[in-house]
Amino acid sequence: MLAALLAACSYDSSTVRIDGSSTVFPISEAVAEEFMNDTREIRVNVGFSGTGAGFEKFCRGDIQISAASRAIKDSEVTDCADGGIDDIMEIQVAIDALTVMVSPKNEFVDCMTVDELHSAFRHEGASTWNDIRPEWPGEDIIFYYPGTDSGTFDYFFETIIEGIDAEAYHRGDGTASEDDNVLALGIENDKNAIGYFGFAFFLAASEGLRPVAIDDGDGECVEPSFDTALDGSYTPLSRPLFIYTRESFLRDRPEVLSLVQFYLESSDVRLFPEEELLVPEVGYVTMPADVLDEQYAKLEPFFRLQEDD
Amino acid sequence: MAVVPGKLRATGSVARRQAISRISRWILLAASLVGVGVLVYLAYDTINTGASGLSWDFLTSYPSRFADRAGLRSSIIGSLWVLGATVVLAFPVAVGTAIWIEEFAPKNPVVTVVKLNLANLAGVPSIIYGILGLAVFVRFADLGSSIIAGALTLAVMIIPMTVIASQEAIRQVPQSLRDGSLALGATHWQTVRHHVLPQATPGIMTGVILALSRAAGETAALIMLGAFSFIAWDNTSLFEDFTTVPIQIYNWTVRPSQQGFQVNASAAIIVLMVAVLTMNLLAAIIRERFRQE
Repeated sequence: MLAALLAACSYDSSTVRIDGSSTVFPISEAVAEEFMNDTREIRVNVGFSGTGAGFEKFCRGDIQISAASRAIKDSEVTDCADGGIDDIMEIQVAIDALTVMVSPKNEFVDCMTVDELHSAFRHEGASTWNDIRPEWPGEDIIFYYPGTDSGTFDYFFETIIEGIDAEAYHRGDGTASEDDNVLALGIENDKNAIGYFGFAFFLAASEGLRPVAIDDGDGECVEPSFDTALDGSYTPLSRPLFIYTRESFLRDRPEVLSLVQFYLESSDVRLFPEEELLVPEVGYVTMPADVLDEQYAKLEPFFRLQEDD
Repeated sequence: MAVVPGKLRATGSVARRQAISRISRWILLAASLVGVGVLVYLAYDTINTGASGLSWDFLTSYPSRFADRAGLRSSIIGSLWVLGATVVLAFPVAVGTAIWIEEFAPKNPVVTVVKLNLANLAGVPSIIYGILGLAVFVRFADLGSSIIAGALTLAVMIIPMTVIASQEAIRQVPQSLRDGSLALGATHWQTVRHHVLPQATPGIMTGVILALSRAAGETAALIMLGAFSFIAWDNTSLFEDFTTVPIQIYNWTVRPSQQGFQVNASAAIIVLMVAVLTMNLLAAIIRERFRQE
């Protein structure tokens, strides 16, 4: 406790530290860059040590904003409370979508159901295409997926593997890489390859790949795109991205409050045209108006507090 | 078959041994060419990709989400701070240790264990030093993910190899020099100070510079410490957050290739390679200069 207090004092109060998910990093980087252009005296430093590591640092009081590609876990809330941090505030900043990809040389896969994805990627799941769907060829499938440390893997595991069968594991016999380029290249060059990665990367590097439409069980195949992620029809592979901070920071540190506000404005199509917004620029989906307004509402009381001062 | 005079040809086991000798020469040549070949290819590929990204702006701009605007300014400044502090911290400890072990240490089991451990420590992977730095300097000493915490970690990392290089240099000073000095009534310290150290300096300097080159390229340990990736201001003190050139390279390498960050990564690698080669060249020059004197 004393150590945390000392740390808080020894740090310059005009510095805002952001760390956490590498998925959210491009957003935070863009926000920090533009925010510092506006207010030179505030330093905004951004790291990307991962969602879990970000929460660990946040709960130790090392950073002011923790970026996450999933909601905070109960165990992490408890750890934070043990460290005296019990006023955590969750703000959604964007929507991310996962995309399942095959090679353009693959001519038979257009759409898969969530159950088919599950049977493909679970441990001891399908090994040939006709294991997934009988009319597909009997050739061996080559699997590609992000490394286990990435938020993308966590997200896929929770929705597609664990979400369908709580006892199931993700398969481990494919190519796992933290580097999306490795996955993209592998999938592109092999007609029997299938894999998944983040939507931002799909937008940036999709030429050589073919996205697979997803049927979440209602018989309707939905292609991944900005529109389908935004209107919520691309389920279950679109997800919210969050930042976490403390109510005390929002109350006592105006620069943290305005920075969080800046995150939201970077996603607000009512303020700026889509092509000028930072969130779509770095490859994510902006939030629909109602979700955005919920986030603004969380900040509202703190703006009022600062006006009273 | 008639043997042509003047053209003697070995037969039997002699011929076999000569053949093996010839073949082994080619195998050894091939072995060394593999290493050189890979190095040349990597250098060519990097320069080919990165040369177009090199410019004055690239060296003097802060990081950015736009590949063509992003630069190395904050990471070069961060690297200079960290390396500067590392050498100040590591040099006295390493050279002091080497002098003590070679000139003053008694021959007993404890000293033997220390010597053995130095060799082992020099081979410990850097990430282990990163974990040590996180536990001891960042958290226990409460320095945060600051330049000083990074420099202390890198100093601990390079001390073993610097000690070993310095020991080597001190050992090469002829014993007769020490005997002569002692015979003229100089104390043990005077002998070390005025005769052993000046002789050993080039070797010690070479060791220090080579160890610093390793620290200059270190990434894993500093990321472990919590070094940042996006810093858009200039460091002015040891207690600030920082980023370094290799961290920036790592950051750019993992971006999607279509966004143009691969060019930045390669350009930054060229900058780092030139810096490290310059340091090594400096080491060679110092060694030659002192040798002539």
